[in-house]
Order: sequence, then C-alpha cells, then structure tokens
Amino acid sequence: MSIFIDDKTTVIVQGITGRDGSFHTKQMIEYGTKIVAGVTPGKGGQKFEDKVPIFNTVADAMATTKANTSVIYVPPMFAADAIMEAADAGVRFIVAITEGVPVLDMMRVYPYVKEKGARLLGPNCPGLISPGKSKVGIIPGNICTPGPIGVVSRSGTLTYEIVYQLTRAGLGQTTCVGIGGDPINGTNFIDCLEAFEKDKATKVICMMGEIGGTDEQEAAAYVKKTMKKPVVGFIAGQTAPPGRRMGHAGAIISGSSGTAAEKIDAFKDAGMGVAQRPVDFVKLVKARMK
Amino acid sequence: MNIHEYQAKEIFRDAGIPIPPGEVASTPAEVEAIARKLGGTVVVKAQVHAGGRGKAGGVKLAKTPEEARQVAEKILKLTIKDLPVLKVLVTPAAEIASEAYVGIIVDRTRKKAVFMVSAAGGIDIEEVAAKTPEKIMYHPVDARYGLLDFEAQRMGFFLYKDAKQARAAAKIMKALYQAFIKSGASLAEINPLVVTPKGEVLALDAKMVVDDNELDRHPEIAALRDESAEAPSEVMARNANLTFIKLDGNVGCVVNGAGLAMATMDLVKFYGGEPANFLDIGGSSNPEKVVNALRIITSDPNVKAILFNIFGGITRTDDVANGIVQATKLNPLKVPIVIRLTGTNEEIAMKILTENGFTASSDMDEAVKKAVKLATGGKAA
Repeated sequence: MSIFIDDKTTVIVQGITGRDGSFHTKQMIEYGTKIVAGVTPGKGGQKFEDKVPIFNTVADAMATTKANTSVIYVPPMFAADAIMEAADAGVRFIVAITEGVPVLDMMRVYPYVKEKGARLLGPNCPGLISPGKSKVGIIPGNICTPGPIGVVSRSGTLTYEIVYQLTRAGLGQTTCVGIGGDPINGTNFIDCLEAFEKDKATKVICMMGEIGGTDEQEAAAYVKKTMKKPVVGFIAGQTAPPGRRMGHAGAIISGSSGTAAEKIDAFKDAGMGVAQRPVDFVKLVKARMK
Repeated sequence: MNIHEYQAKEIFRDAGIPIPPGEVASTPAEVEAIARKLGGTVVVKAQVHAGGRGKAGGVKLAKTPEEARQVAEKILKLTIKDLPVLKVLVTPAAEIASEAYVGIIVDRTRKKAVFMVSAAGGIDIEEVAAKTPEKIMYHPVDARYGLLDFEAQRMGFFLYKDAKQARAAAKIMKALYQAFIKSGASLAEINPLVVTPKGEVLALDAKMVVDDNELDRHPEIAALRDESAEAPSEVMARNANLTFIKLDGNVGCVVNGAGLAMATMDLVKFYGGEPANFLDIGGSSNPEKVVNALRIITSDPNVKAILFNIFGGITRTDDVANGIVQATKLNPLKVPIVIRLTGTNEEIAMKILTENGFTASSDMDEAVKKAVKLATGGKAA
C-alpha cells in the first residue's frame, strides 16, 4: 500500500519536451512509472523517445489515455495555467514541480482546482515516490526502498538526506511526499498525515518542517487530536537568526514568530518524537515500530 | 524584494491614495534644502530595508531647516540591523487626530490575500494584535473577484464612525488592493493611516514587499531595487543566482537546497561550531556557481574552515566537484575544506576530487564534525 500514487497510476507529463521535463520523464520511465502521454502545445502527433504520444492539450491527452495523474515541468509564468488546464480536463492528481510560480497566481489556482475536485501537490516541490511502484517528480529513486515508513516534508534535498539515512538503516518507505515550501500550495502536512493514517501499510510517519509560518503547529495539533500512528518530526533552521522582517502584517496574521523552538514545542506537546539531527530519525523510528 | 518607503509611496500615490508630499535625500544639505522648500515642521525618515526603524532612532521630527539638517546628520550615520542608512525621506509633519493600521498580506493558512485593519494603529500594532485581537478585523479577499465595494466599506466603518472618513478609508483600501495586485506584492501596509484635525484621511507611511517570482513580468518594479541598501555579500550572491545570508560564525557552508542548508547549519551548532553563513547553491548546479560560492565565502575573514554538503538530485555532484577544482586552481584556499557529497554521479565526483588531491566523504555527520574541529583548531568534538 501507499498514498496518492501506486502501480496503477497513469501519468501525463506537461512540458515533456522541455529540458527538465524530458530529463525527468526518462528517469520516471526508467523507474517504472506508467507515463502514458506528454503535452507540449504545437508538438501534438509527435512521440517522445519514440514511445510516449505527445498532444497539444491536456484535454486531448485525457480523451485518448484517461490518465489519473499529471506532472508539470513548464516554466513558472505558464505553470498556473497548466495546473488549471489539467484540473479542467479531469485529471484527479496534479503534481507541479515548477519553482518560482508567483503567489498571486496560486491564489487564483487554488480555489479553481478545489472546485474541480482535483488534488494538487506543489508547486515548487520534488513530487512523490511510492518505492517499487511509481515515482512522479524528481526524487532520486535509488535512495528509496519499499517498507512501512511514511515520509512528508516541506523541503527537497533534506528529504533525500533523511530518506537516504532511513534506507541505509533498513527502514523502507510506503510513500515519500515533498509538499514544497511555497506560501500557497495544494497539499499540506495534514492532508498527507490523514492519508498515511488511513494507509494500512504505513506504521510510522516522519515529518520534516522548517522555520516560518504555522503549518507545522497546525499539523502537530492534528496529530494530537486525530492520529493513532506514531509521528516523528524534525525542524530545520533551529539556528537561523531572526530576519530583518519588514512590516507588521506577518506577525499579526500568524500570531506567531514561526521559530523552530515554537514548532518543536508543538511537536512535543502532540506526543511526537523529535529528531534533533537527521540521523536521529533512525533510532526514533525504530523505537516506534511494533 | 523589499522596496523603500518613498518608492512604495509613489506606487500608492499613483493608485490614488492620499499621501503628503515628500522628497528623498542622501546628504544633510539636501535635507535642509527640502525642509526649507516644504516649510514648517518636517519628519526625516531613514530609508532602510529593516523593520523597527522608529525604535532605532531612524525617524525624527525637525521644526526648522537647520534642525532638519542636524537630525539628518545623525540618521545618515545610523546602522539599523546591520544595514547602513544611506537615504532619508523628508516630508511635512502632519497633525494627527487618530492613527489606524491597514495591511494586506498573503496568508498561507487561508490561501488568500488577507486585509487586516485596526483603529489602534501605530508602532505597537503587533502588541495590539497579541493582547486585544478583537481590535483587528481580518478580511480574506477572493482573488477572482478582488476587493468588493461593500467589503471595503465594512472595513471603513470598522475603522471610523464618521461616514465621510469611513468612505475615504474604503476608497484607500480599494486603491491599496489594486496597487498590491498590480505590483505583484506579497505585503502592502499603511501604518499609520491618520485622520487629521480637519477630518482628512491620509497615509503617512507605506511599506511594500514584492514577490521575487513576479519580477520577470514587472520590470518597472524590478528597477526599484536599491543594491546599496542591501548587504554587499548578499548582492554578490544574488547576482550569481545563489541565496546567501551572512552570519557571525567561522564554518563557511556551501549546501544545495534551503532545508538541507538549514539542517547543516543546525548540525554545525550541534557539534559545537558556529556557521559563518547560509548558502544555497540551488537546484540545477553548474561549476561556475560553485566558483562564485567559494569566492563569496572566502571573502569573509572569519571563515576558518569550509564545509560542502551536497545531496545530488537535480544537482549533479560531478558539477560541484569540477567547480571546487576550478575555483581552487584560480584562488588556492587558505583554509581547510571538508567535502561531503552523495547522490547523482557520486562516483565521477569522487574520482575528480581524488585526482585533484581532495578527500570527500558521503556521511553528513562525519563531515560536519570534521569541519567544526578544523575551524576551532581541534578543540571541539
């Protein structure tokens, strides 16, 4: 078992002929992901690597392939439109890898996707991987291995670091999800925690947060109130200095300074294990395995 | 990207927000001339990209042009949160009957732009929010419709009982929302919004932070960037497409990805060291980025050891290895370097490094411990 993607996941790649899109499509195919179509306007009718049919629009791709997932590698100024196009065409799960999407664009995209009933992951995220089954995005497949640990993180390379340490210690993963660190993103910690709680194969969940905002505090409150499975948390930025923050609005809106100490306290209050270093995940997770 | 108060005021003024006149100056003589031209009491305000300006002595009243010159001399010598004050805004002192607060920010939780307004404005607004939250009205805006007239009016009447003032405030909020959207902002703030004894509603301060991701489609806003108001090392890093923040320690850190960079700094501290910086070389690396990163780090005389921590995903570790070799050929290092890399093309990277006389490990904790030890002359664990 796994969350969001498995061996039945069929994927459309938006921006399949671009530099990043083509590189990572090859990597996904190599990993075993079922890539059923690509979309690049103006290149409809061609084939990617002589195998994957390319369409001009997501609607065309959906009419032919009935895919359930799309992954987006288009440049930042076109990403909002690409996400809405996928939602409109009936894609159920949309993974936006693109970094640098304007936040004002995302304010329009978020309610649109929600109304269409789709789930968005990202933008500015590494995507996700269910080891041995499917990967959608850019997480290196070779550092993961199947097993009972669920991983959710706000960052990219820090996720790789922790997954790598888990794998080296023989702790495989059901699914590793990178939700991205942008101010407005489609899927948050709580969505992933809820999915891991329901997933029978997941026994322990690892959650990596960062300083800033209150997402981790909200996730901790959810763990305390709802979760039965053990969760181990980590916050990056424990030594980061206070910024030269402009204006008062940031402090007023969150009612919080978003420091690591505040988030770690919230984790402890929720009864979560707290890893001080990435390597600490290994012993904390092992202690919680039954 | 931060912009100065005087720049934000121009944007707000163009949107139709009533703001008293003002001019920017960089010498006490200019300040005196502007004060003379404006006549009456003026306010001299430091233009610096840091909060807490007033409390740091960067905002002063002056009754005469001579006094304006004297306060400008002091303000232009100030350093606020490590940033030197190079410019001041000179503006007539308004008579104030009441001070309100109006701000818009992108709220992560609501996933919307949210207005926050309070009749209890001024420099202690954060305390007001913490202790008496009922004095603040929050209004999330649906980006698809924008700020509707009745919504602006509701906020106007929350601020003022007087209908004329409430309508004036509503008009200002509509204009502020327009300016926020049109500029690609992530924050726009008026604090204080004042009512004068004559009943006029005026914005006396203006703050705006622009979303860096918007700068490509707003060249007119990108042109407002004032590099002289930023830390020089941060300017150098940004121009090389790196994210850099200088700190006070002695272990120079080069990492890919912000989360891993922060975790690396935390680990340096955990093992008894102090990081000299935060530096993220980003995703798709090329050797040149590494060359620039090393140049920036070695220009800090406090750095006693350099630590590379690279987890290759999109970043190819052989690119990083080539960058280290190139950079050290150009400028031989005067301090020891500890390299940890793993991930994409790790074997090639290790070969490049070994052939050029470097050693590298694939374990993060080992590498951090070693770097801390070297930086502290072998004292720490």
